[in-house]
Amino acid sequence: MIRFLLSRLLKGALVLFLIAIINFLLIRAAPGDPATVMAGEAGAADAVFLEQLRARFGLDRPLWEQLFLYLKGIATLDLGFSYRQNQTVASLIGDRLPATLLLTGTAFAVSLVLGILAARRVGRWSDTAITTAALFFYATPLFWIALMSQIVFALKLGVVPNVGYETIGAGHSGLWRALDIAHHLVLPAMTLGLFFTAIYARMMRASMLEVASFDYVRTARAKGVAPGIVTRRHIARNAILPVVTLAGLQAGQIVGGAVLTETVFAWPGIGRLMFEALAQRDYQVLLGVFFVSSAMVVLFNLVTDIVYSFVDPRIEVGA
Amino acid sequence: MAFLLRLVRHRSSAVGLLVLTLVLAAAILAPILYPQSPWRMVGRSFLEPYAMQRFPLGTDALGRDVLSGLLHGASVSLMIGFVSTLAALVIGVPLGAVAGYLGGRVDDLAMRFTELFQTIPSFALAIVIVAILQPSIYSIVLAIALVSWPPVTRLVRGEVMSLRSRDYVQAAITLGQTTPRIILGQVLPNTIVPIIVMGSLMIATAILLESSLSFLGLGDPNLMTWGYMVGAGRTRLIEAWWISFFPGIAIFLTVLALNLVGEGLSDALNPRLARER
Repeated sequence: MIRFLLSRLLKGALVLFLIAIINFLLIRAAPGDPATVMAGEAGAADAVFLEQLRARFGLDRPLWEQLFLYLKGIATLDLGFSYRQNQTVASLIGDRLPATLLLTGTAFAVSLVLGILAARRVGRWSDTAITTAALFFYATPLFWIALMSQIVFALKLGVVPNVGYETIGAGHSGLWRALDIAHHLVLPAMTLGLFFTAIYARMMRASMLEVASFDYVRTARAKGVAPGIVTRRHIARNAILPVVTLAGLQAGQIVGGAVLTETVFAWPGIGRLMFEALAQRDYQVLLGVFFVSSAMVVLFNLVTDIVYSFVDPRIEVGA
Repeated sequence: MAFLLRLVRHRSSAVGLLVLTLVLAAAILAPILYPQSPWRMVGRSFLEPYAMQRFPLGTDALGRDVLSGLLHGASVSLMIGFVSTLAALVIGVPLGAVAGYLGGRVDDLAMRFTELFQTIPSFALAIVIVAILQPSIYSIVLAIALVSWPPVTRLVRGEVMSLRSRDYVQAAITLGQTTPRIILGQVLPNTIVPIIVMGSLMIATAILLESSLSFLGLGDPNLMTWGYMVGAGRTRLIEAWWISFFPGIAIFLTVLALNLVGEGLSDALNPRLARER
């Protein structure tokens, strides 16, 4: 067991290391000498200041040494400094991360619940409806669904807020504040959740159908176990495993969805931060968000791997 | 011919094929019907659809014809979808073929490399690449290709691995054919069918990706694209819904059509799989 955990941790660390190297190379590829860009952002560009910047950030040293400095920085959560926002990139991301986790977590839960509901009705009209809807959402640009639901539910019907995280200046606290945030969360989470449903409902359905053909399911039925219990205990429980694995592998898609959803709904998460950095061409922040979101995907995969080895005894621990 | 018949018999893929033909026709007819640049201001701004006969889909904030933009956008979407998919195949197919055929260390290394790229959030990577290289048709195609090759590699690798042990490949080895010749001449031709099916689905994904990039302001500034149009209409959503609405429908129909055709292709080219489904 310990060997399994260690090997997984090591693999995750290696992937992170490689992503950090890619990130470093991308920073070098960004237009202009980084010192000139920083000086421009700080609003002063004389030769002395440029030299100071180069010395401070080690830009006057050979490339491999710069890479080493960069990796050392990442190991201590130093992702660079944004002169445009006059803050460290790590603190900018840290401020925005909770909102993104709340949004994506809720959306993921929405999609899983919808996926299970869909798969339980295989062959009936509701199954056809959900499968068709999944195909529809799979082919529709997420940002467009976000905009259209904004028109219908926020601007025309007015049942939920249009944009934002909470009512500005309302001065709520405690439970009222939580409810206010939840109210703002409805539209973005539903939009993102439906987008995931388009991916996962189809997978969940296929997985349920596969498990339903196994012998032990027939045995359970033959024993006279109630159909609802067979669906829940014997089929759904086993069918959800591969879906969550695939969800882990596709966690990167969640990040992409978050960028678009947060941009449309002005949700103050790291996706919105990425959009703002894009508009200002703030490459330090852009690459910082890119690195953190990659790291989150690696972490998510690691956690699912480990949780699985506990949940499903069929997974080879020794491997 | 029999293949086309089989494809059309599949009702949903026939519909997809029809829609795709219409989009293609729009792309071809755009410069004939609307020879002027879609960026030109041609009328009053914020004209509702059919407020004037000349503008059946209305005009946008700068008085540009929405229908003209829509038609001109069709060729951009199709072209970027097609070219970037082709580029992704150019990266993915050789890597998968070599990994699957040689196996062992090479395969291991290639697969770890592929997994690394599958872990990285693809849309975020595409954003970073386009932002760093500056938005242009080349950087967009490159970014889409760089994030969409891994599934191709995995697919080709799997196919090649199973083909490698076939008798005719073993015969070629015995005859003393060189490895590159066997891969190109004996193995790869037999992987074309699944590659075509995957390719048609990849074009759909590429179109969605391109529209998302354009929506965020990362489109080629010289090209009128559907994603850009949706993004441009965003700020005036209440007064002028049509500016964002119609381009979104166009993206949806094109992507759906490609998906339907892809599924139809898969069934028509591989009847065995169709029965299993």
